[in-house]
Amino acid sequence: MITRTLALASLAAGLGVMAQATEIRYVLWDSNQLPAYQQCAADFTAANPDITVKITQSGWDDYWTALSTGFVSGTAPDVFTNHLAKYPEFAKNNQLVDLSDWVARDGVDTSLYSGGLYDIWGRDAAQFGLPKDWDTIAMIVNMDMAEAAGITLEELNNMSWNPQDGGSFEQIVRKLTIDENGNNALSADFDADNVAVYGYQNPGSGGMMGQTEWGHFAVSNGFTYQPEPWDGEFNYDSPKLAETLEYLARMPEEGLSASFQDTRSLGSDSMFVAGKAAIVPNGSWMINYFDNNVKGNYQWIPLPIGPTGQRATMFNGLADSIWTGSKHKEEAWQWVKYLGSADCQSVVAEKGVVFPAIDGMAEKTTQAHQARGIDSSAFLTMANANTFLAPIADNGARINEAMENAVQTILLGKDDAQDALDKANKKILRYNR
Amino acid sequence: MSQVTGNIRSSLIGFGLIFPALVGFSLFYAWPAIRAIAISFTDWNLLSEPTFVGFDNYIEMVQDGQFWNGMKLSAYYVLLNIPLQVVLGLFLAVAMDRLTRSLFVKATVLLPYLLSNVLVAMVWLWMLDPILGIVNFFLDAIGIGRQSFLGDPEQALISVAAINIWRHMGLCAMLFLAGLQTIPRYLYEAASLEGASEWKMFRMITLPLLRPVMVFVLVTSVTGSFQIFDTIAVTTMGGPMDSTRVIVYYIIQNAFSFYKMGYASAMSMTLALVMLIYTLFQMKIMRASESDLA
Repeated sequence: MITRTLALASLAAGLGVMAQATEIRYVLWDSNQLPAYQQCAADFTAANPDITVKITQSGWDDYWTALSTGFVSGTAPDVFTNHLAKYPEFAKNNQLVDLSDWVARDGVDTSLYSGGLYDIWGRDAAQFGLPKDWDTIAMIVNMDMAEAAGITLEELNNMSWNPQDGGSFEQIVRKLTIDENGNNALSADFDADNVAVYGYQNPGSGGMMGQTEWGHFAVSNGFTYQPEPWDGEFNYDSPKLAETLEYLARMPEEGLSASFQDTRSLGSDSMFVAGKAAIVPNGSWMINYFDNNVKGNYQWIPLPIGPTGQRATMFNGLADSIWTGSKHKEEAWQWVKYLGSADCQSVVAEKGVVFPAIDGMAEKTTQAHQARGIDSSAFLTMANANTFLAPIADNGARINEAMENAVQTILLGKDDAQDALDKANKKILRYNR
Repeated sequence: MSQVTGNIRSSLIGFGLIFPALVGFSLFYAWPAIRAIAISFTDWNLLSEPTFVGFDNYIEMVQDGQFWNGMKLSAYYVLLNIPLQVVLGLFLAVAMDRLTRSLFVKATVLLPYLLSNVLVAMVWLWMLDPILGIVNFFLDAIGIGRQSFLGDPEQALISVAAINIWRHMGLCAMLFLAGLQTIPRYLYEAASLEGASEWKMFRMITLPLLRPVMVFVLVTSVTGSFQIFDTIAVTTMGGPMDSTRVIVYYIIQNAFSFYKMGYASAMSMTLALVMLIYTLFQMKIMRASESDLA
């Protein structure tokens, strides 16, 4: 009898504790990052026993559909990982809590975040997200192929590029491109129609950002996307972009890359893994993918120096946002603040998954990579080069669609680059009038 | 008197039997359809309150080249898909009816249909890859040369159609087989006593008596094909350029990427109307509710 009472009492006590703890629902799309954030959630609850965090992960496409239907049906999570291309629409429709008052109240030191990452999540004094990480672009090289072609790491690290003759970048790509008979693309006997290994593979069309496709080439050639963030004006009709895309469209014609139509299905990453492409550009979020999948020796190298005399990369960052429909906004803020703090970001850094947004933490990530035999320093080199932020504007989805189509047209050789870009830019300017 | 109570009783039983289906239909089909009609007269981005705009969405639709392109592509897809799918299905069914009673064969024929659409699309995406795919490996080996398949604007929709023919012909065959087995054997015996050829028996006996099944297959597969979406979402995402941006893909893009729910609903209602007219027309010309066996 006594034991039963005790049992009931402890059960009631247990329920009491459970009833008091507030559950915050948090979602993210990158499964690679799940373990790091689960660790953060456990540490957070240990420090704040009255708040528990339930993390759900779902793939990129489902993620955004589930989120927007969740906003409508009132079941969206309290806190979610947000993307620059998506947040303007959410902010415009009052789905994102303005964090600026809390940031001021709790004295969050926003100067800790790496260049521009905090500001790009704000508009007109409102703040819609707290930065969590950043990424840059670099190129991955098959070093077995490079050695066979007599190319040194020194040469790879110091490539230059221009849209006219491709610079030393193209010379290296030509040495790495091998046809079925074993001739490289510098040889007079090279057979551009029967290529065994492509020297370079452009990943695709890239929509409005060209994040891994053409953005870095174009900006190193003097292109800018828009006069300033949120500006309805766009410069997609710039000749600097047109000649960049023409250059990328020319590479398959000369047998240096596979054609756009042949790389749409599995794409450049699979080609690199399968040894069909020697150099491929990609972002720092892919470091672990390649390390897990590439069998031979590989090396990440910085992007080539462009006609402006600088290397250029998109410097992109994710942030955590709070939904306006959340019933526990104060607790949600505590969690967001923790996610953006050095405590959580150092956990993320040590797992060696992404580069945290707080200045100085990125070195921890590279150390974690080094311990596993990965050299990710090229991404840090790129972060210190000429970095640019992703273009941002209302109607992102439709702008993306218009650019996607224009770039596809150019890469398929169906239209002159300047002409296709002029048409797309006109269309885009109309969306934001 | 007993006649009347009998009638009431049997209609009660009938009603009871369709009741679960009726609940499902009203809740998951009729009600959303009615809601969609209402939404199609509004400007609604999902996130803020809808505003009534009258026929604006429909006017925009008629002027939207991408809408017409989508309708055209869907119709083209049906033309690519249905004739071959039905002919192959019928061929398989007759062959199975004539040659085997094996459950194993039937199960094998139906297998592609039992796999999920997305899985089938993924498998073919891998197999048809221009550079790493096995299909191109064989085409190269026998001297035909590599094809871009899903990456080429001219071949992409044809490739999608081929994938779905492969997936659906087994189901067609099963439906036809069920139809074939209701045809009395004595008709064939009588015909062969008269010296009719196999082809003539097929034309004079099998095809006419298969008509009700044929209508069912045509109506469900044509309306189904016109609403092709999943294979495209997995393999081509509407591209390259606009070559596979079929109407349902365009509708979903408008609803969930561009947040134009009202416009998407207007296009959906139009599509539903087109399908309804087609179905009525098809059932009428093929006298679907009658059978020649009676």
